[in-house]
Amino acid sequence: MCGIAGCFNIGSAPPIENRQLERMIHPLTHRGPDGFGFFCNGQVGLAHARLSIIDLEGGWQPIHNEDKSLWVIFNGEIFNYPELKKDLQARGHRFYTDSDTEVIVHLFEEKGEKCLDELNGQFALAIYNEKERSLFLARDRVGIRPLFYTRLAGRFYFASEIKSLFAADPAIPRAMHPPVIKDVFTYWSPIGEQTAFKDVYQLESGYCAWLKPDSEVRKRQYWKLPFQPDAIHQQDEDQCAEEFRELLIDSVRLRLRADVPVGAYLSGGLDSSAITSLVRNFTDNPLKTFSVGFSDKVYDERSEQDEVVRYLDTDHHQVLCSYRTIADNFPQVVQHTEFPILRTAPTPLFLLSGLVRQNDYKVVLTGEGADEMLGGYDIFKEAKIRAFIKKNTASSLRPLLLKRLYPYLALSPTKSAEYARKFFDTDASLDDLFYGHRPRWKTTAHTHLFFSDDFQAAAGNGSEEYLVQKHAEYMEGLDLFSRAQYVECNLLLSNYLLSSQGDRMAMANSVEGRYPFLDHRVIAFCATIPVGLRMKVLNEKNILKKAMQGLLPDSILGRKKQPYMAPDILSFFGESSPEYLDYYLSETLLAEAGIFKPQAVARLVAKCSKKARQGFRENMALVGILSTQILYDSFVKNYQISMPEKLENVKVMA
Amino acid sequence: MSDPIQQIREFIFENFLFDADESALQNEASFLDQGIIDSTGILEVIDWLEETFEMQVEDEEMIPENLDSVSNLAVFIAKKTN
Repeated sequence: MCGIAGCFNIGSAPPIENRQLERMIHPLTHRGPDGFGFFCNGQVGLAHARLSIIDLEGGWQPIHNEDKSLWVIFNGEIFNYPELKKDLQARGHRFYTDSDTEVIVHLFEEKGEKCLDELNGQFALAIYNEKERSLFLARDRVGIRPLFYTRLAGRFYFASEIKSLFAADPAIPRAMHPPVIKDVFTYWSPIGEQTAFKDVYQLESGYCAWLKPDSEVRKRQYWKLPFQPDAIHQQDEDQCAEEFRELLIDSVRLRLRADVPVGAYLSGGLDSSAITSLVRNFTDNPLKTFSVGFSDKVYDERSEQDEVVRYLDTDHHQVLCSYRTIADNFPQVVQHTEFPILRTAPTPLFLLSGLVRQNDYKVVLTGEGADEMLGGYDIFKEAKIRAFIKKNTASSLRPLLLKRLYPYLALSPTKSAEYARKFFDTDASLDDLFYGHRPRWKTTAHTHLFFSDDFQAAAGNGSEEYLVQKHAEYMEGLDLFSRAQYVECNLLLSNYLLSSQGDRMAMANSVEGRYPFLDHRVIAFCATIPVGLRMKVLNEKNILKKAMQGLLPDSILGRKKQPYMAPDILSFFGESSPEYLDYYLSETLLAEAGIFKPQAVARLVAKCSKKARQGFRENMALVGILSTQILYDSFVKNYQISMPEKLENVKVMA
Repeated sequence: MSDPIQQIREFIFENFLFDADESALQNEASFLDQGIIDSTGILEVIDWLEETFEMQVEDEEMIPENLDSVSNLAVFIAKKTN
């Protein structure tokens, strides 16, 4: 696992120099602290920051094929590389390393972009073809590993993180992009290939791209979420659960392949407990687990964690988060997310990967993806209840059903059933493609009142039209439940969850997360589970619970889902306020950034200071405004890179 | 005691409309429909009513008819405090 960066001359630009690659890769040292590798021939430059996990001695990148006509840099893991390698060797390919990276160049040599179909992994990669003078880029199916790019003056730049692009050349513009900031304040993350910065894009998950001199970048989607609502498959619940368990065990086994020890995150919830249990019961991997505890008991799950630790007998380590710890680390977290966040939830995960690293571990298994694929989120339950009420207007169950949602929140919106009905928009049309997510988007969009008039004008109308255009055709054929899953997977899984709570927080401390629920075979299986079995009545992740019976304590299997959250306003105003608030939220900096109305923000801060009850909107607004201001300050106004004269631990390939 | 309508408007502006100008709030407009107050905001309104007017808002009184506009609030307060 690593960081990659590179550039490619697509127009008339001067030859690429190694020093530019050094400038790009150095800001990614946190992703790969074990050394840097380079390849540069003037037309292309490839740089790699290495975190050694497989083939510790020989796995230096870039890696080439037999005749050095193909060069690859690669961030990620190919879990099925031993099988692929055997096959390639049988077909006459000669390997000079034991790394998974080398498999890619040989497979690419044979199959071109079709090689992607055979990879079981999480990756972003770039392959230079010296004969064709072309560059091939690809990202894994669900977007676990990042890949950003921009263009300037005939040169194409790409990298694992945006900071690396900005380091390439001070002439690359660094400006916040109003339409995307507005999208974040509606959908929680940038949409599609957009990023928070103008003219900086990401290669979307499941996409590959070809670059050739003097021609346009050609992109292709090589993988789509394979929902098959009509598939005649697994109507038998027990058999479905059994098949699912076997597949998940295999996914876990593959993800334990490494030349270093592999640990596991353990939140106390079902998903990470399931993964940990499968490691304990079906592999001989020694079990070290890591978790976050919160001083505020509203968010704390330590007693559930302890229960799983006792049951599975793991060597467990914990980091405790207070309000102040979250506040103190928040600015650094935003340096890594590289887009505004409306919740502080990434911060504890940043601290958690720090704990892993302190324990000399650099790989962890983690439970992300189960909620999306197996139907775990409350938003799915909410959509189901809303639709039921819509169809059964006279049902006496109505208020009870609404009250079942969100009972764990102190600020339960369902306390008043009358209000809940209005809030959950139970009169909305079921034909709305985004029926499930509409109430959340509406609530979040209430934060727009903090935007300045100029910013509003520059931001435009938002991305709904684009979303309809891009997704309508596929979504039309899906049932309501699958639609909500599809939206969650397409809008948030890669662009929010796997980036701001996944890759970026783990890699900030040089830790690699691996996601057994996001094995593409597991995803394909989940997409054909009959809808009625995914959430059985209102029992979320029904198949996972069934699959794990006898492998986890009943209390964990039967536990009501507690979404992962961290204190928001309270982190900044609950105990003491961090000094930086005065700077980032000052009238001067707000006016200079031009995104928010200084007076409105001042009143929001005054409200937060009162320590009274705060609503969803205020929590999202405060965290969102603060993170946007931090981004503006560190990436636009005061962007600085500190660059040593000479990098240590360098290998230049030729 | 100051004019309750004015008092309510001040509370709404301070806590939910922030720096918006006076025309942003019609006394008859539904807070929810206008996106002025969300479902969690209603609980803030109830806290404020209970604290400011020393009244107790019962569960069954938490309905839009009592709470969902400046005018509705004014009528509700009058009813509860007389």
